[in-house]
Amino acid sequence: MERAKKGDWVEIENVLLQPHERAAHIPEDTKKAPLIMWVRGFLLNESAEIGDFVSIRTLAERTTSGTLVAINPRHEHDFGNPVKELLEIGCELQKEIESL
Amino acid sequence: MKDLSYQAVMSRKNEIMKNAVGIDYSAFEYGRIAFDYEGMMEKVAYSIPQMQSIQAETKVGNTPLLELKNINKLIKKYSESGKGARIFIKDEAANASGSFKARRAAISVYHAAKNGYKGVIAATSGNYGAAAASQAAQRGLKSIIVQEVFDSKKIGQPEILEKARKCEAFGAEVVQLTVGPELFYMFLRLLEETGFFNASLYTPFGIAGIETLGYEIAHQTMAMENKFPDVVIATHAGGGNLTGTARGLIKAGAKDTKIIGASVDLSGLHMASDRDFNRKSFTTGHTGFGIPFATLPDRSDVPRNAARVLRYMDRYVLVTQGDVFYVTEMLARLEGIERGPAGNTSLAVAISVAREMDEDKIIVVQETEYTGAGKHPMPQLTFAKQNGIEVRRGDPSQNIPGKNIVIPESFDQLRGKDVDMIKMKDNYIRNAVENKVTEITMEDVDYLAQEVRLPKDEIVSRVSSYNVKIV
Repeated sequence: MERAKKGDWVEIENVLLQPHERAAHIPEDTKKAPLIMWVRGFLLNESAEIGDFVSIRTLAERTTSGTLVAINPRHEHDFGNPVKELLEIGCELQKEIESL
Repeated sequence: MKDLSYQAVMSRKNEIMKNAVGIDYSAFEYGRIAFDYEGMMEKVAYSIPQMQSIQAETKVGNTPLLELKNINKLIKKYSESGKGARIFIKDEAANASGSFKARRAAISVYHAAKNGYKGVIAATSGNYGAAAASQAAQRGLKSIIVQEVFDSKKIGQPEILEKARKCEAFGAEVVQLTVGPELFYMFLRLLEETGFFNASLYTPFGIAGIETLGYEIAHQTMAMENKFPDVVIATHAGGGNLTGTARGLIKAGAKDTKIIGASVDLSGLHMASDRDFNRKSFTTGHTGFGIPFATLPDRSDVPRNAARVLRYMDRYVLVTQGDVFYVTEMLARLEGIERGPAGNTSLAVAISVAREMDEDKIIVVQETEYTGAGKHPMPQLTFAKQNGIEVRRGDPSQNIPGKNIVIPESFDQLRGKDVDMIKMKDNYIRNAVENKVTEITMEDVDYLAQEVRLPKDEIVSRVSSYNVKIV
């Protein structure tokens, strides 16, 4: 299994509230799930693997701890797939402007 | 060691907030429900010249005002003879961090630094996070941004994921949570643990910072067109954008400029629902914030919200998600500027409103925002499709938030929908008094009249209908 070593950029997880501890006036679907928190930072432990309880130092220089869930986590959002419905719009409008 | 349980932390709320904002809100309160809004803005916040100089130090303000010439040609084409106002857009994406939110953050972070705080914390899933981080970086302060970003399966809204990345780029610690209003509990814990400043969106600093935007719009329009704008359109969510802009216009002397609020219609979706969370393509500038914040502004993270839209808003117009994506594509293809979709909500409303107005009138759309991975129509629509939302071209009146996104088939179909302002004002009054007080004073009546801009006799009769006595 992949191991993280001291100083690696990692992500930790904490369950803040269990379902039964959640606030009273929230929708039922939300109440069924725990409130979970993730924070990223530099690993303070000498070595750790996914699932270990670890401490990190965040970019705000705060020390905090939780369960290690990712090592060198990637920003996965992107520009998505081409959307035909959008591409058509530009072509239609450009023709309209040309005809004015 | 302090008790960190939910109940214990929430019960320390007032004390934590007082330390983290440094404002004694009770000093401005009077009557049974009233508070001295103008007094608070004057005593707590900064003047326009002070704010201009603070913002200039950190790469904020003096953004360009651009005429949308090709879009204006289409407006003329689709308007009756003599109609078709011209639209100008304030390119707020040019601020450090890419949105008008930098104006609010600049003042909050300056104030935090001046008062010796070592860092700032903001609870936001929006552009404000990057704004606070960018400003903190420049003033040598730490920053922590607390975001609601994932559903219970840890699937994140692409737009919020991008905002997290940007916060980190400016050196912020980003604390990411699943859906739920208990985010506030973690926010309080962090304020208590760090002793950082609460860079709330809703303090007098956060609102006054936007006054420079309205002020610039008034002066730039005067310089370019020799008059103040006839209409300024602001996207409305928490209320700060519209409130600050309107106050700035008034301070510049543009007292006759009409202010229109714009939001994406997301009616039917519950903002705190785990299921609905990822069924929307707009994470702000929508009715899920716009209506509750207009009718109950003090629901925010400070005791008295400095954003109070009903004092300034002349009309409130809604558009659909599909309308805004259409307009975002139009802006890129006809005007050659690629900007984030949420900021284009007010542009979609402007196109609709321009066609009703005379051709010699001027509309200013008061913001744009940066665009990027996640924060763009393509990833948003890709994400919508992945979440089972139907995406198609058609009549935008068939949009059902959470079920489909219907993108207009023609320019002619861009038609905003007015919200009943009287009903909103009445809801405000009900929220202010019903089940909260049994009687109010004439001072409170005066206050309510200012809050919703209705005559005092009308306030008296509406208050009485909620079984509240005037003493």
